[in-house]
Amino acid sequence: MDQFYGIFLYVISLLTMGGIYAILALGLNIQWGFTGLFNAGIAGFFAIGAYVSALLTTAPSLRHLGGYELPYIVSFAVAMAVSGIIAWGVGKVCLKLRADYLAIATIGIAEIFRLILKNETWATNGPRGVSMIPKPFESLPEPWNQLAFLGLILATVVAIYFLLETARRSPWGRVMTAIRENEKSAMAAGKDIEKFRMEAFVVGCMLMALAGAFIAHYLKFIGPNATDPMTSTFLVWVMLVVGGSANNKGAILGAFLMWAIWSASEILTSRLPDELAIRTAYIRIFLIGLALQIFLQKFPKGIFPEVRPKPERREVVTESNASR
Amino acid sequence: MSVLELDAVVGGYGDTQILHGVSMKVDPGEIVVIIGPNGAGKSTAMKAVFGLLNLSDGKVSLDGEDITNMPPEQVVRHGVCYVPQTSNIFPSLTVEENLEMGAFVREDDFRPRLLELYEVFPPLAEKRKQAAGTLSGGQRQMVAMAKAMMLEPKILLLDEPTAGLSPKYRGEIFSIVKTVNATGTPILMVEQNAKQALKIANRGYVLVDGKNKYQGSGQDLLDDPEVAEMFLGGGAAA
Amino acid sequence: MIEFLNFYLIPGLVLGSIYALGAIGITLTFSILRFANFAHGETMLLGVYITWSLVQFSGLHPLVVLPVAAMLTVLAVLVIDRAFYKPFRTSPTIMVVIASFGMMLMVRSVVQFFWGVQLKGMTPGIQRPMVFFDSLRISPKHVTIIGATLVLMLAVHYLLSRTKIGKAMRAMSDSPELAKLTGIDTEKVIRMTWIVGGALATAAGVFLAIDTHIDTNMGFKMLLPMFAAAILGGIGRPFGAVAGGLIIGVVEEISSYPWIGTEPLLNPGYKAGVAFAIMIAMLLWRPSGLFKGKVF
Repeated sequence: MDQFYGIFLYVISLLTMGGIYAILALGLNIQWGFTGLFNAGIAGFFAIGAYVSALLTTAPSLRHLGGYELPYIVSFAVAMAVSGIIAWGVGKVCLKLRADYLAIATIGIAEIFRLILKNETWATNGPRGVSMIPKPFESLPEPWNQLAFLGLILATVVAIYFLLETARRSPWGRVMTAIRENEKSAMAAGKDIEKFRMEAFVVGCMLMALAGAFIAHYLKFIGPNATDPMTSTFLVWVMLVVGGSANNKGAILGAFLMWAIWSASEILTSRLPDELAIRTAYIRIFLIGLALQIFLQKFPKGIFPEVRPKPERREVVTESNASR
Repeated sequence: MSVLELDAVVGGYGDTQILHGVSMKVDPGEIVVIIGPNGAGKSTAMKAVFGLLNLSDGKVSLDGEDITNMPPEQVVRHGVCYVPQTSNIFPSLTVEENLEMGAFVREDDFRPRLLELYEVFPPLAEKRKQAAGTLSGGQRQMVAMAKAMMLEPKILLLDEPTAGLSPKYRGEIFSIVKTVNATGTPILMVEQNAKQALKIANRGYVLVDGKNKYQGSGQDLLDDPEVAEMFLGGGAAA
Repeated sequence: MIEFLNFYLIPGLVLGSIYALGAIGITLTFSILRFANFAHGETMLLGVYITWSLVQFSGLHPLVVLPVAAMLTVLAVLVIDRAFYKPFRTSPTIMVVIASFGMMLMVRSVVQFFWGVQLKGMTPGIQRPMVFFDSLRISPKHVTIIGATLVLMLAVHYLLSRTKIGKAMRAMSDSPELAKLTGIDTEKVIRMTWIVGGALATAAGVFLAIDTHIDTNMGFKMLLPMFAAAILGGIGRPFGAVAGGLIIGVVEEISSYPWIGTEPLLNPGYKAGVAFAIMIAMLLWRPSGLFKGKVF
């Protein structure tokens, strides 16, 4: 029975983390999948969300800035706003250039943010991180607190999914696709490409901050290692590419699937002797990188390929018929 | 035997078909001009020779050898040189380096050929050490043609060599085309300035909607009232 | 003043030389293959660890085994290009950027797996600095690094301006499409680009290892300064990248000099941010860099 309960709790944690990653993957999907923007600094925006929300909600502490004890709704909103503003700044510099520049700049932003976390110890407690972060529903008895938190995450994922699907089918979404596919003709149609890209980039980064806030409260702790480019940025990319870029269902599926694989493989390797366990951890990273390469080359559409909003497709068909 | 022959070529980019059965040929020593309205597939027909688009039907042959759908880098090795309409030089390389690049596939010493071409294009000899990007439009066009001629090609393809040039340079380019041709290289050329081009051409083809519409000697086409009305208009057709 | 030279300017030039060598590879791949190679730092990392193993195995000085290590690293890079980048030659370049992003982690995890993550030293012992004019102190390793960098730069200059393949590299950087139409063997040019970039990255990494130490994050830490140097100099301008590398190296070091009062002007913890700040400033005001590079 105990074992069964343990598995039950593990599945809940798996789904919770999967859900948080699904938010990240949806955020990246707006940027990469729908607009073709390369964000290599997901970890940075994620950490911004985590730290801002953590510092605004924790009880007073001598180790770090804080003691505001604000309600979650406020801290989440502020976390997303801060991330959005920073994204706007980065976008202002890079969005008129090709995607490569944005990739370099976002990786830079993540690095800068990591430097701040490490150096401004008065605010962030440096490498030791922020602990004792409050968690929604933690006053409920076990396992209801876990279940309630999971419910909150899943509800958020579903809400974001429906919002994004609505946006995708709207004229806004179709302009995005047009920009991604053929920048010149979209420009010729009088669309302000930079503005559309900026919107996608900012919204995506705000979602990443939201996911960061969730993880800070879920783990009740956040340290500068959360911005390690490996865990967040790279995993999210793999999730989206495997699940299917430009498909919101694919992003969600990819997040849960890859997180399950990632987490299960960690359990497997952790049973190995110490020295071996440390080394095999690198094999996991290697294999997940290889998975990304294989999907990019052999299955670039992912598990769920992109589905175009209907009306546009019909236009395309009639056009090419006419030209024949 | 014709140097180059297109036989009922069909093709385009991706799903969009542009050529719906184009046939033409270039015989040794000829200047052949392709004219027609915008979007008729003139440049596309030329790119079809050079392996720059997918041909779903028809045949392209060079000296009787089938080169249909051969990739461009191979077509070059078979002795076809192509001068695109825009970005046809390496701007940061010097004039001489541009010509040297033109000879990239040559295994032998390209120096004698270089000196020959400097005689055909005297302004280039003068500016050999200058970055090609700093030259005037007409001189850039000379670099582009000289670069293509480095290989002593079996045939030279020119895509609108006078596009964007002032009338003064236009005349100069046409006379260079004649000079190059006089050295024995047949030329297939797409031109917007149909009247001037037909004057120096042995033969011409008029393409409309990706199909052959008229063909004949340069003079015949110039004299044909229908062609004149539709495509020659007031001289420099837009 | 002498303290400024000894502890800020000379270390800045050394660091700058290292950035410069790395940035040449970045700028060449960016302009010839048309993509930002995120795995370039890890190429450097791989080169360093191969060198370390050769040094352990042979007992020779790192600079002696460097050519062999560079060859092995280049071989690895060519295999990576063949397996992971070549399939995307005709795809939108962003696909290769993602592939290189994945490579970054794959190469690093391979290094971590085989060599472990503990700090290592390239050259044992501490060298006594050479003293000039009683107080100007230059350590022999710094002289070696700056000297070797100069030699390598001359070699790059010769390659690009005097050899056929070097000119073809410049031609392809001007226009890959025209290079193809001209009959230039673009695959050969690409191979040469990887050879030059990989060899210089190995050299840069080994110089850094000689100057400091070896750890598995050193490649990633170099990535941002190298990109910044390439953008500062202008993409496709190898000597711009050199100038950019030197500027960034020197500015990084002198940013913590106590220019005002006795405190460092910039907390040394933020040194790594200097490159980023310079890069953002360039992207804002002059994306073509100091020497009129390409902007994509």
